[in-house]
Amino acid sequence: MTPTIVLPVVIGGLYAAGVYLLLDRSLTRVILGFVLLGNATNLLLLSASGPAALAPIFGYAEAEEMSDPLPQALVLTAIVITFGVTAFLLAMVHRSWRLVRQEVIEVDEEDRRVARREGMDADDIDPDDLPTEDRPAGKGNTLHSDVDVEERLAQRYEGIPSDDVTLPPTRGGRS
Amino acid sequence: MGLLLLLHLLAAVGAPLLVRWWGRQAFLALALVPAAAFGWVLTRLGTVVGGGEVRETLSWIPALDLQIALRLDALALTFAALVTGVGALVLVYCARYFEPDEEGVGRFAAVMTAFAGSMLGLVLADDVLVLYVFWELTTVFSFLLIGGSGAKLAGRRAASQALLLTTAGGLAMLVGLLMISGVSDSRLLSEIVADPGSGPVMVAGTMLVLAGAVTKSAMVPFHFWLPAAMEAPTPVSAYLHAAAMVKAGIYLVARLAPGLADVPGWRPVVLGLGVATMLIGGWRSLRQNDLKLLLAFSTVSQLGFLITMVGAGSQELAAAGLAMTIAHALSKSTLFLSVGVIDHATGVRDLRLLSGLGRRMPVLAVIATLAAASLVGLPPFLGFVGKEAAFTALWDGGLPDRVSAVVVLVGLVLGSVFTAAYCARYLWGAFARKPGLPDSAPEELEHHPGPLFLAAPAVLALAGLAAGPASPLLDHLVVVYAETLPLIAPEAEHLALWHGLQPALALSAVTLLGGAALFALRSQFTRLQHRLAVGASADEGYWNTLQSLDRLAVLVTGTTQRGSLPTYLGTILVVVLLVPGTVLLARTPWPDQWRAWDSPLQALVGAIVLIAAVLTVRIKQRLSAVLALGITGYGLALLFVLHGAPDLALTQFLVETLSLVVFVLVLRKLPKDIGARHRPAERTVRAAIAVCVGLVMAGAGAAALGARTATPVSVAIPELALEEGHGQNVVNVILVDIRAWDTLGELSVLVVAATGVASLVFLRRRTGAVDRASEEEASGGGDARRAPKAQWLSASGTLAPQRRSVVLEVATRFLFHTIVVFSLFLLFSGHNDPGGGFAGGLVAGLALVLRYLAGGRYELGEAAPVAPGLLLGGGLVFAGGTGVVALLLGGAVLESAYLEADLPVLGHASLPTALFFDIGVYLIVVGLILDILRSLGAEQDRQEDEEDPIDAAPDEVIVR
Repeated sequence: MTPTIVLPVVIGGLYAAGVYLLLDRSLTRVILGFVLLGNATNLLLLSASGPAALAPIFGYAEAEEMSDPLPQALVLTAIVITFGVTAFLLAMVHRSWRLVRQEVIEVDEEDRRVARREGMDADDIDPDDLPTEDRPAGKGNTLHSDVDVEERLAQRYEGIPSDDVTLPPTRGGRS
Repeated sequence: MGLLLLLHLLAAVGAPLLVRWWGRQAFLALALVPAAAFGWVLTRLGTVVGGGEVRETLSWIPALDLQIALRLDALALTFAALVTGVGALVLVYCARYFEPDEEGVGRFAAVMTAFAGSMLGLVLADDVLVLYVFWELTTVFSFLLIGGSGAKLAGRRAASQALLLTTAGGLAMLVGLLMISGVSDSRLLSEIVADPGSGPVMVAGTMLVLAGAVTKSAMVPFHFWLPAAMEAPTPVSAYLHAAAMVKAGIYLVARLAPGLADVPGWRPVVLGLGVATMLIGGWRSLRQNDLKLLLAFSTVSQLGFLITMVGAGSQELAAAGLAMTIAHALSKSTLFLSVGVIDHATGVRDLRLLSGLGRRMPVLAVIATLAAASLVGLPPFLGFVGKEAAFTALWDGGLPDRVSAVVVLVGLVLGSVFTAAYCARYLWGAFARKPGLPDSAPEELEHHPGPLFLAAPAVLALAGLAAGPASPLLDHLVVVYAETLPLIAPEAEHLALWHGLQPALALSAVTLLGGAALFALRSQFTRLQHRLAVGASADEGYWNTLQSLDRLAVLVTGTTQRGSLPTYLGTILVVVLLVPGTVLLARTPWPDQWRAWDSPLQALVGAIVLIAAVLTVRIKQRLSAVLALGITGYGLALLFVLHGAPDLALTQFLVETLSLVVFVLVLRKLPKDIGARHRPAERTVRAAIAVCVGLVMAGAGAAALGARTATPVSVAIPELALEEGHGQNVVNVILVDIRAWDTLGELSVLVVAATGVASLVFLRRRTGAVDRASEEEASGGGDARRAPKAQWLSASGTLAPQRRSVVLEVATRFLFHTIVVFSLFLLFSGHNDPGGGFAGGLVAGLALVLRYLAGGRYELGEAAPVAPGLLLGGGLVFAGGTGVVALLLGGAVLESAYLEADLPVLGHASLPTALFFDIGVYLIVVGLILDILRSLGAEQDRQEDEEDPIDAAPDEVIVR
């Protein structure tokens, strides 16, 4: 089917304006952009449904003369939902303004903090950096075991070589 | 069999309760469950030895052809007997291992019983998916048991390490199993083994399955999780990490070997890793001073031995392997349980600190010695029988390749020398009196082990002793499995205690003598080990890998999460440009003919829309920008009209008007101008992205119409709407009838949006209707009577005089009822003319807006004295209810009917049931608008009027 020039131009223009506003830091403009994008998309859907024709209502037109009704039904619900979501976004602006007197989205400090994070959880760090009692049993490079244990045992049990790190007693008795 | 699994599940669920009632004695009751399973398994012995098998298939999801297929054959029976028998004994042991008042016992008992059930399910499963499910269940329960309460860092780390490694292997195994079952065209293990497929997919699948088995059974280079798992209580070590879970890999290899042993790569992997594991485990075991760690490395070593035998794919070695599996499970769990007794009694497991325990606990010493003797392979224990059979088979060439048979034999003999040495070290370390160490004095024994505590190890050790002479009987069972494998050696040796003077007997003697020598020279050997020690280990590699993963994650997060919303959105849009944009440029056929417009009016409206869009971008004042946006919306509605879509146009007009109101309601509180300035560079980038997206979408629009060549799906819909839906407005019939499911989903979205709006605005309570004017406020004070009902806009009296508008009030008085009637007209006529629930609801919403604007927040309450939540929920119930009613009347969900009747006065009347659905739509739309007005209008006014502090009460949490 031959496309018109007008509709693609309008669609493109609305998209461009919508995207430009969407990339703003002011929440108001983001919402304006969002609505423009919604309008553009609805128009895109409708224009893809074929060339203009008569309304899909019997009595006004016969089945062959009608425009395609299915995309219209989809667009109709999309319009209402866009309205609902717009109201939701506006409520977010209201809340942001009421609580922190701001409607500009600043850089998210939490994200930046994560990005700068260097330390690791105790569950992730190298076993060699852990105190002896926290090391996993039978840990690999066990010949270089904890100096304290080594010395204590060496004094008390001379001649019996020690190498591996012992498990902590599970029964809570003397060790 | 399914019943037994269910029994385990029930016992696991009830275990915490039993422990609360009976304390640690509850373990004795729980032990009955695996014991019952053990008894049942033994009753099937006759069938299985006779060559039969027990099958059971429970339908699971018939539509997907999923079923729980269980099968008990010789191999499954052997493992099931081990799992249930040892499980029952370990649970009995637990009844004395734990202190009467210890914490977390209920949880432990539940997990332990659940583990026993999943292990039983694993060995019984015939369907590969069922096998996988049970396989992962054992992994999860093992994680819970190792981690314990999670209070200890070492326990947590060991648990997560075991979980990571075994689930990684398990996932590989899942993929492998699916590949194998795909190639072999069956999901049943029995059928896969009977008729395996071939080709590269089969080889890859086999390798992946082996990855699962290798990680589960702690083969090199994944062996390190097993010693670390010794953080768990000793019964767990004895059951999971000696007898049951680590045997799952052995079981899987044994299960698949009859079919897959000849797949290229199977023997090098299984034999190579097996022998290497046996040697490394033995070597490391000799370095340990903690008795539990010594046993853990010994388990690693023995698992290598077992996998070598069952994976070799020859009849004689498989028989030997099965016998050794039984022998190992019996003796190793005994040894672990003995350590538990020692630990319990003295609080010490370090063999450098124990001395003279043999005299203190002679019964335990005898039990442990019996078990160690079986592990070493002393006659007449079962271990001796198994080891003899293995050596004989390899000596006779029990592998297809003679050279590899020799290599494996040498490896196994050397490994067995280590076995003998560390068993001696264990016995010496645990029970011997050592020079220079004080004997553990009688009073130092905190707990003298009672008979029940020693019962489990005693039974297990005696079973190992008895099974040796009884091995010809065992042979009947083992041979049923082994005969599924090809015989490679000249003749099959049967299990027996005495085969006469054979080379294997000499090899056994060599291992014993070698072990004795190693033990005698233990000081020198330890020094040698020190000298040969290397700095690197698989464990280090594991932690390094994890840490680099962590660092990579932080790096990726740091580079991508910049914390700026425009950056994120820009990234998404650039991807849109790059991927669909490229396709559009490169692959899309462009239309060769263009029309300027459908009508000149269209071009004019289009130009207005574009100008308004540009104004929206340019204007700095908030409300002016919103007005410009409104112009684009109204222009769009005109374009809809020109396109032949009156319903859309109507809806768009109404929505645009309502949007304007909502925008104004919110933005009236904000500063007049939009503040945030962007740097020129930012604006350039934004503009570039925006223009590119606009171009791409314009192209997409043109190409989409050009690509519309096939017959549309909707070609039959108009006729359908007229004949089936009995409606002339096709769009409305689509909404409420043909595609009513879609509409129902969209209605839910509206309800969620309305709830979201209210939640964001109301800081505290947000249920109930809008406040209504109290009598005093309405009548202005002195007069105590309520405002006369006849008076319209009675609540407007609550507004300050300067905020009232006479014109608006009068207009509202005239228009309100008319608008509401019109909205109802739209609702009811929508089936045949433009309108419907959406349009009608929006019009009714506009009427409410009018009342609110004219009379303030109390007037809104007077106009709609009903909670918006009630409207929203009621509408959803209404719309969904029509679907349910249709279902109850025997139709499909949301199927519509058409009622016609000649009524006495009204004449011919007709009523499509879809109208009720449309009423639901109407109610929801009204509810949505009322909720928005209530939140962004009335509540905001109230907060302002009453100067509601936003600071929360001390005990209140408000998410900001």
